[in-house]
Amino acid sequence: MTMEIFLQQLIAGLSTGGIYACVALALVMIYQATHHVNFAQGEMAMFSTFLAWAMIQAGLPYWVAFFATVLLSFVLGAAIEFVVIRPLHRAPELNVVVVFIGLLVIFHSVAGWLFGTQIKEFPTPFAKDAWYATRLMSAHQVGTIFVALCLVAALFTFFRHTTLGLTLRAAAQNPASSRLLGIHVGRLLMLGWGLAAAIGAVAGMMVAPVVYLDPGMMVGILIYAFAGALIGGIDNPVGAVVGGFLVGVLENLIGTYVVGTELKLSVALVLIVGVLVVRPAGLFGRRIVQRV
Amino acid sequence: MNRASALAGNFQAGVRSPAPVRWPWVAALVVLAALLAFIAKGYVLFQGSMLLSYAIALVGLNLLTGYNGQISLGHGAFYAIGAYTTAILMDKGGVPYWVGLPAAGMVSLGVGYAFGRPALKLQGLYLALATFALGVVAPQLLKYKHLEPWTGGVGGIVLNKPEAPFGLPLSADQWFYLFTLAVTVVMFVLARNLIDSGSGRALRAIRDHEMAAESMGVDNRHHKSMAFALSAAFTGVAGALSALAVQFVSPDSFTMFLSISLIVGVVVGGIGTLWGALFGAAFIMFVPAVAEKVSKDAAWGVYGVVLILFIFVMPGGVMGLLNRVSDRIRRDDRR
Amino acid sequence: MTRLLETRALHAGYGATEVLHGIDIQVDEGCVTALLGANGAGKTTTLRALCHFQVKTSGQVWFQGQRIDALGTEQIAALGVGHVPDGRGTFVGLTTEENLRLGGHARRDRRAVAQDLERLYAYFPRLKERRQQQAGTLSGGEQQMLAIARALMGRPKLLLLDEPSFGLAPLVVKDIFSIMRRIRDEEKVSILLVEQNARIALDLADTAYLLETGRIVKSGSSDALRNDDAVRRAYLGQ
Repeated sequence: MTMEIFLQQLIAGLSTGGIYACVALALVMIYQATHHVNFAQGEMAMFSTFLAWAMIQAGLPYWVAFFATVLLSFVLGAAIEFVVIRPLHRAPELNVVVVFIGLLVIFHSVAGWLFGTQIKEFPTPFAKDAWYATRLMSAHQVGTIFVALCLVAALFTFFRHTTLGLTLRAAAQNPASSRLLGIHVGRLLMLGWGLAAAIGAVAGMMVAPVVYLDPGMMVGILIYAFAGALIGGIDNPVGAVVGGFLVGVLENLIGTYVVGTELKLSVALVLIVGVLVVRPAGLFGRRIVQRV
Repeated sequence: MNRASALAGNFQAGVRSPAPVRWPWVAALVVLAALLAFIAKGYVLFQGSMLLSYAIALVGLNLLTGYNGQISLGHGAFYAIGAYTTAILMDKGGVPYWVGLPAAGMVSLGVGYAFGRPALKLQGLYLALATFALGVVAPQLLKYKHLEPWTGGVGGIVLNKPEAPFGLPLSADQWFYLFTLAVTVVMFVLARNLIDSGSGRALRAIRDHEMAAESMGVDNRHHKSMAFALSAAFTGVAGALSALAVQFVSPDSFTMFLSISLIVGVVVGGIGTLWGALFGAAFIMFVPAVAEKVSKDAAWGVYGVVLILFIFVMPGGVMGLLNRVSDRIRRDDRR
Repeated sequence: MTRLLETRALHAGYGATEVLHGIDIQVDEGCVTALLGANGAGKTTTLRALCHFQVKTSGQVWFQGQRIDALGTEQIAALGVGHVPDGRGTFVGLTTEENLRLGGHARRDRRAVAQDLERLYAYFPRLKERRQQQAGTLSGGEQQMLAIARALMGRPKLLLLDEPSFGLAPLVVKDIFSIMRRIRDEEKVSILLVEQNARIALDLADTAYLLETGRIVKSGSSDALRNDDAVRRAYLGQ
């Protein structure tokens, strides 16, 4: 029944793609606002997931832990922007990249230190026998796609139809002009980072039930999210989402039918290099013209 | 702001026109280092060899990132290529180590060039992303089951330590340390010559303002690809040396944390400096051990904190600090 | 005539380089004041110094009887200083209307903001035609209009204009300046106008200052400066 297997892989691809789309969106948000790539995005998300796990272990109901984690991650992201990133806004690119790497390493290590490095199970809120589970799609997969789409929709509404969202877009595009209009760019950057961290937390909590929770959980996902963001256009949120879903599907299909599951991450690498070489602006990004 | 100039722009104390080499000091340093072979015990010599290997790798990475402005977060992959080339040649081909080493350099050169051509189109962050992915993927590729007959899969390959030739009265550790020292000197001299040459100036011009360099007749494509190739070659040789020192290669020795260590070493030592490689190598060798003493499980966390503090306090790296101090001394002298 | 803006011994610079070496200028309410000078004289620096924007300053700046030199750029904007920077500074990725709405950011009165939007569209009908268009696709002249309109959305008491004629065709410049004349008359906003184009600036202005290498060398009514020999030779080409 190869058609059935194909559809299953397609759905699985969309499900993981939803997670990549979320992380890719977080990456693009920070890139748009600061022209920096948050290399620590994955580890921050993993750390948030551990926080949720700890809360659940302590007896809190799933959805309480879920929203508490989202809130905590928001605060953590905003704090990092203020304490670590903002002082470096005039530093050379390489130094900022190294700081991101430093954050990556810190989050990775502290997670293992606080919560232990053994693989843990993470619960899914979508019961296996829920009404929306079918033979092709598990409840969790449906739930993941649904959550991803809700998140994306919420963000787009925020950015396109609220004043705060408009202000954030302005601050990201042109901080100088924004300041002249009385917009507090620093506060908005904190908001942007907080949102990105919150999105990452949601992504982490959606993927943990599938791949199990351990400090290395998000490293591969970060690479896929990069690929998704690049394919969509690193400065384009719609592109990031489309790219994320696309990468999820491609990864699964190519992994199943062409190279085997061990090399799936290498597929992401090829995608990344391929996109950057053939069309660096991605599918939807603006072609970057360098002015002399 | 132009990406490359944003990259190179304000390294302040770390970046300057290369100072003239004071050969007597260098010679004295090399002699001292050689003497170490007769004073120190085997394990210290092993650490010395590893430090020199990292230093060579850092010189390689610095050629690309410090002098040419291309960020690589995946140089661990080239380190691995050098290590595995030597290991495979020695293990499967029965090739002696002193052939395996230059072979590793050549293979890395080729792979670096192959990666460097498409990388031409990638600026700053994009290249960082691509190389980051490379660094993450490398161990996965090394574990790939279809390559197992060559790479030894997860189990890796075991190597024999080189013995002193011609029946010299040196232990294997001593011989290998001196051999590594000799290779290091050669590589540093090569790097120095490259940096001081016309090509070196071209590389730096490209780093500082790519478009201006091009409009002045510098062949950007050629130089940038060569920078990548040479950088990979240096790092490959370093990897080969480390394989011989450790006498073992396995995929898990070459994870993204290695790539991270290398870029850390370059920044800590001082971007765009040659001597910085030694300080950087010392940092990445010894600070993790110190961090582990502070907290066994959060060792990398401590490492990360130290790293971030370094960026805040000493953005020009150790060499940047030393240069600033020596400038101030010279200024005071003149008064 | 009340004094709206006044500086006393204002110094400003970038890093270690000082560009303004102590200038005293005044802008009165309801007036247009021109700040003239050649390239590099420090005109843009002056406007930035007033807003404490991207420069280091020392000396005093008084706005509406209150010292503002220690305040941040955002606070100064909220007090009613609208700054149209050189190069327009429009949000090229946002639509015309989004740009204008952002101009009203610091204001609390929503309904009045909406009314102001319509009023500004009346001044600049070209902008109304392009209200949903991306600002980056507007012509240079339209972007200048957009930048001015955006600043006016903040109902500023003082409008700082940095070289509005820069890079624009003469007819477009005439158009913009005639609109500014109307705005000056009808909106009761005071204007500090920085211009290299001395002729057109002096036509609009009531008073003027001449800035040379960071110092005020001449000041007076625009008539006086227009008839000054040195000014005529150097800046009016006569």
